[in-house]
Amino acid sequence: MAAVANMPVSDLLKSFKLKTKQQELLIRVSILCLVYILAFITRLFSVLRYESMIHEFDPYFNYRTTLYLTQNGFYDFWNWFDYESWYPLGRIVGGTLYPGLMVTAALIYRILHFLRFAVHIREVCVLTAPFFASNTTLVAYFFGKEIWDTGAGLVAAILIAVCPGYISRSVAGSYDNEGVAIFALLFTFYLFVKAVNTGSLAWSLASAFGYFYMVSAWGGYVFIINLIPLYVLVLLITGRYSMRLYVAYNCMYVLGMLLAMQIRFVGFQHVQSGEHMAAMGVFFLMQVFYFLDWVKHMLSDTKLFQAFLRITVTCAVTVGTIALGLGMLSGYISPWTGRFYSLLDPTYAKDHIPIIASVSEHQPTAWSSFMFDFHILLFLFPAGLYFCFKRLSDATIFIVMYGLTSMYFAGVMVRLILVATPAVCLISAIAVSATVKNLTVLLRSKNKGVQTGSTKGSGSSKASSKALLDQSQPFQKNGAIALLFGAFYLLSKYATHCTWVTSEAYSSPSIVLAARGAHGSRVIFDDYREAYFWLRQNTPPDAKVMSWWDYGYQITAMGNRTVIVDNNTWNNTHIATVGRAMSSYEDEAIEIMRSLDVDYVLVVFGGVTGYSSDDINKFLWMVRIGGGVFPVIKEPDYLVNGEYRVDKGAAPKMLNCLMYKLCYYRFGEMLTEYGKPPGYDRARGVEIGNKDIKLEHLEEAFTTSNWIVRIYKVKPPNNRW
Amino acid sequence: MAREKSSKDNAQALFHSLRSAYAATPVNLKIIDLYVGFAIFTALIQVVYMASVGSFPFNSFLSGVLSCVGTAVLAVCLRIQVNKENKEFKDLPPERAFADFVLCNLVLHLVIMNFLG
Repeated sequence: MAAVANMPVSDLLKSFKLKTKQQELLIRVSILCLVYILAFITRLFSVLRYESMIHEFDPYFNYRTTLYLTQNGFYDFWNWFDYESWYPLGRIVGGTLYPGLMVTAALIYRILHFLRFAVHIREVCVLTAPFFASNTTLVAYFFGKEIWDTGAGLVAAILIAVCPGYISRSVAGSYDNEGVAIFALLFTFYLFVKAVNTGSLAWSLASAFGYFYMVSAWGGYVFIINLIPLYVLVLLITGRYSMRLYVAYNCMYVLGMLLAMQIRFVGFQHVQSGEHMAAMGVFFLMQVFYFLDWVKHMLSDTKLFQAFLRITVTCAVTVGTIALGLGMLSGYISPWTGRFYSLLDPTYAKDHIPIIASVSEHQPTAWSSFMFDFHILLFLFPAGLYFCFKRLSDATIFIVMYGLTSMYFAGVMVRLILVATPAVCLISAIAVSATVKNLTVLLRSKNKGVQTGSTKGSGSSKASSKALLDQSQPFQKNGAIALLFGAFYLLSKYATHCTWVTSEAYSSPSIVLAARGAHGSRVIFDDYREAYFWLRQNTPPDAKVMSWWDYGYQITAMGNRTVIVDNNTWNNTHIATVGRAMSSYEDEAIEIMRSLDVDYVLVVFGGVTGYSSDDINKFLWMVRIGGGVFPVIKEPDYLVNGEYRVDKGAAPKMLNCLMYKLCYYRFGEMLTEYGKPPGYDRARGVEIGNKDIKLEHLEEAFTTSNWIVRIYKVKPPNNRW
Repeated sequence: MAREKSSKDNAQALFHSLRSAYAATPVNLKIIDLYVGFAIFTALIQVVYMASVGSFPFNSFLSGVLSCVGTAVLAVCLRIQVNKENKEFKDLPPERAFADFVLCNLVLHLVIMNFLG
C-alpha cells in the first residue's frame, strides 16, 4: 500500500525535475520579477509617509498639462496657448514642452479606464516614474546580456533597481521628464547596440523609434545625438568599420532625425543647431567610408586605389570644412546654446547667465554626492572598465564611452549624475559578474580536478590545467570562499545604504515639510497647499499673483490663478522686472506692480519655522537677475561688508525694500524661540533690524499657520479726495 | 610633364578598371544602384529648386530632400544585405532583407507625409 502511495509522489517529483537549462531560466525569470517589484516598491516611501501627491515644482506643470490633455484631447493640447502664466505675455505650451511624459501618462490612464479601473489622473501621474523605473531594470538586464552575458544582465538590473542616483529623480510623486527619459535613453542605447551587433534594419528602425521617444521626453536627447556619432567615430578610428555599423547608424540617423523633427519644441534644430552637427558630419563621413570600401573592393590594383584614396580624402575633407565654415560664419548653424555650453565651460554660466547659475542642481558635483549616490559602484566602475578593455567588442566599446562621457558630465553638474547612473550600474555589473564567475569557477574546479586527476592523460586539458593550478596554491578554494563572502557582504551593504538614502534624502515631497517636535513627535507643515487653496477659494478667478518664479507652476496648478512668472524661465526680462519690483522701495515697486496688473503678491518666509529655502535667502538672486537687466538695481546697495544681513547692521536699502517689508510685516511682535527677543529670525539666526514696518500700498491678505507663505493684496489707488 | 602624363594615365587606368569591375556586378545590384542614383538626382533637383525660389515652407523642403536621402540610404542598406559577397550577412535570407527595407520605407514615408505640411 505504502509503495503504491509513494509511486505517484515520486512521479510528481520527477515531473518537477527540470533540466539545467530550464532551471536556469526559472531562476532568471524569478529574479527579474523580484527585481521589478523591488524597483517599484522602494520608491514608495513618500506615498506611505505622507500621501499620494505630486512633489516639488516642475512636476506640477507636467500634472497640469496632463490634466488638460486628458480633459481636452490631443489636438487641443498640441495647440494650447496658456494665458494663465507669464501675464501679460502668455505661453505657447504646445510648442514649448516635451510631450512624451504627458502622452505616456494619458495613455496609461486611458488603458486603465478601458479596463474599467476608475483611477484619478493624479494617481497615474504619481506612479508613472516608479513604473518606468521597473521597466528600466528590464532594459538593463537585456543590455547587460548584450554587452557581456546573462549574469551581468541580472546584476545590472539589481544594481539599477536601487541605485540612489536614479531614485532621486524617479520616486513616486516626482512626475518629471527624467522619470521616463532615463528609460528611453537606456532603451535607445540598447536597441542601437543590438542593431550594430546584428546589422539588421529592423533593430535600427526600433532604435530610431526609441530615439523619437527620447526626443519627445527630455531635452537631454542631445546627449544621445552626440554620443552615438562619437561612438561611430571611435569605431572608425580603431578600424572597426563594418557593414553592420553602416546599416545601423544610417538608418537610425535618417529615420531618427525625421521623427525627432515632428516635435514642435525641437523643430529644425537637427539641421540648424551646432549641437546636432556632429551627427550630420559623421553621417557624411560614413558615406565616404562606404564609398571607399566599395571602390577598394572593386579595384584589384592597390596602387591605383591609393591614388584614388588620396584624391577622395582630400576632396571630402576640403568640402566638409568649407561647408562647416560657411555654415558657422554665416550664422546659419547656431552655436552651442548657453545651457549646453556651460557643460563644456563650467565657468560660463556664472559670468553670463545668472538664471542658469542660480539653480542648485546646476552646480558642480562634490565628492560626497558621488559617494552618496553611487556607494560601492564608485570603485566597481574602474574594475568594470578593466574587464571591458580585456574583452573589447563593439558593444563594450560603447558602454566604456557612455560611462566615461557621462561621468565627465556628472562631475560638471549635479543633476547629470542621473544620466551617468545606468552606465555606472552596467559597468559595475560587468565587474561583479566577472569576478563572481571567476571565483565560483575556482570553487567548482577543485572537485573536477580531484575526479579527473586519474584521467590526466586523456584529452581534457582544461581539467588538467585546473588541477595544476590547484596543486600550486592549496588555499585557493578557501580564498575563493572568503572573497565570495566579501563580495556578498559589500553588495548587501550597498543595498542597505541605498534603502537608507532613499528613505532619508530622496523621499521628501518638498511641498510638505516635516520636522520633529519638542517631544520627538512628528510635525507636518502643510503651509504651501494651505496658501494655494486659500488663493483658489478666496480670490477672484481673474486675479493675478506675483511671486518669485519658483512657485509659478504650483500656483497655477493648485491655486488656479494667473501668475506673472513661473519655472519655465523663458523670458529673462520679465523675471528681472519681478526681481526689480521685489528689491525696490515700496513706491517704486507699486508702479511696476500696477503696470503688470498685479492683484496679489506671494512671498515665502522661513523665519518662524527655521525653513531655509525661503525668499529672503533667494533674495540675492532677485537682486542679481534684476540688476542684470535694470542697472538701477545695484547689488552693493544691499550688501554690508560683502554679505546680506537682515539685522540692525543691514544696509538701509535692504531694510526698506519690498521683499523685506512683506516677509517681516508684523514679525517684530512675534516670539519665535524661548529666550530670544521678539522678531528673532530662526532661519538666519539673528534679530531683525526693522521691526516697525508700515505698508502703504499693500495690505496683508493671508498668512499661513506657520508663517511660511504670506499673501498680500495690492490696494487700489486712493480716491482723489 | 611626365608627372602630369602619369597622373592622367593613372586616372584613365582607374576609370577603366572601375568600369570593368562594375560591369561584373550582378543585375539585381545594378538595379538597386540605379534606384539610388535616381533618388540622389531627385534630391539634387530639389536643392537647386530651393536655391532658386527660397526655402519658405522649410519643413516641406526638408521632408522632400530627406525622403530622397532616406530612400537612397535604405536602398544602399538593402544592397549591402542582399550582396552575396558580404560575409557578415551570409545567414540573412534576402526575403527578410527586403521585408525590413519595405517596413523602413513605410515608416519613412508616413513621417514624410506628416511633415510635408
